[in-house]
Amino acid sequence: MSWTGARSPLAGGSPPGGGSANLADLLERILDKGIVIVGDVRVNLLDIELLTIKLRLLVASVDRAKEMGIDWWEHDPSLSSKARRDGVEGGRDRELEEENRRLRERLAALEAGGAGDGAESRKESRS
Amino acid sequence: MTEVRTDGGTAVYLYGVARDLDPAALPGTGVAGAPVRGVPAAGLTALVSTVRLEEYGEAALRANLEDLAWLEATARTHHAVVERAARAAPTAPVRIATIYSDDDRVAEVLTSEGGRFAEILDRVAGRTEWGVKAYAAPAPAVQDAPPAEPSSGTAYLRGRQREQRRRADAGRRSAELAGELHAELADGAVASRHHPAQDARLSGRTDVQVLNAAYLLDDDRVEEFLAAAQRAQDRLAGIELEVTGPWPPYSFIEGDR
Repeated sequence: MSWTGARSPLAGGSPPGGGSANLADLLERILDKGIVIVGDVRVNLLDIELLTIKLRLLVASVDRAKEMGIDWWEHDPSLSSKARRDGVEGGRDRELEEENRRLRERLAALEAGGAGDGAESRKESRS
Repeated sequence: MTEVRTDGGTAVYLYGVARDLDPAALPGTGVAGAPVRGVPAAGLTALVSTVRLEEYGEAALRANLEDLAWLEATARTHHAVVERAARAAPTAPVRIATIYSDDDRVAEVLTSEGGRFAEILDRVAGRTEWGVKAYAAPAPAVQDAPPAEPSSGTAYLRGRQREQRRRADAGRRSAELAGELHAELADGAVASRHHPAQDARLSGRTDVQVLNAAYLLDDDRVEEFLAAAQRAQDRLAGIELEVTGPWPPYSFIEGDR
């Protein structure tokens, strides 16, 4: 068993912070997790080609894993890499994805208004 | 939505939101070398630093995010800031590249999203995230390997079929082991999340990743969890565990689905 952690029972472990964290471990958390709130500078990370490619790379072994019957992530809706990948490969899918996103934002705004707080919704639905 | 000037000027980069953070514990340096400071509002502290729109404006950000070296440096700094804060107080990380026009806007967001932040902070307070990946060694080569030059096309196809079945069987056994392992580890955790399997090019390993999961642990149950992982490692032949942590609770921002 190998260990990267401050409280490792094995000697020589270091916390995953700083420069020591495995980049894959870091990116799968930093790019894909964390609270999503709409900033004033609006950049949709899913529009960034490199990020989309990197996220694809994270799951590039999917086909091989599936062949072996390993498919646990498919039951986890937050792991939307398949949808993401499909969106990147097909222009039509991408359009639909974009339209979907706009509709969801609109819906969220309407719902927030209907809830009576009158505030503009700043929540961005995860697409 | 506030208009952001993209010529010259500055903006505010948000790393995360903390509760009961001692200002003395504020992490030192943030992205682009700027000092990290706290913006207090609604009983919360936003961790921010000032960035130049030249680098973090919309167009610049879009271009910079395509630059792997820039992305890695920014991701590591973002992580370092969140991690240091998370050691000192309950901290909820915000996704990378969340940028506001100024501190007032950040305070506004703390107030408008306060309920959501509070809920997340309640869930992660006194807890840390630990990652566990499990790798299965590739199944050993078959004893009755087909001859190098099969006598016929049929024999060749049969050989291939046998090989595929064998790999599928070995895979199913690994998947079962990974399932058991996960159930055992999840038992000692408050919550768990599966991450997608990492590609060999990123994990840097040739054996098959059969588990890539994150566990949210109460601080006083970490030792117990690590001991359970060690026991599982000792028991499971052909499976190698890789444990990372403690992480800020990145994977547990969303509630149970």
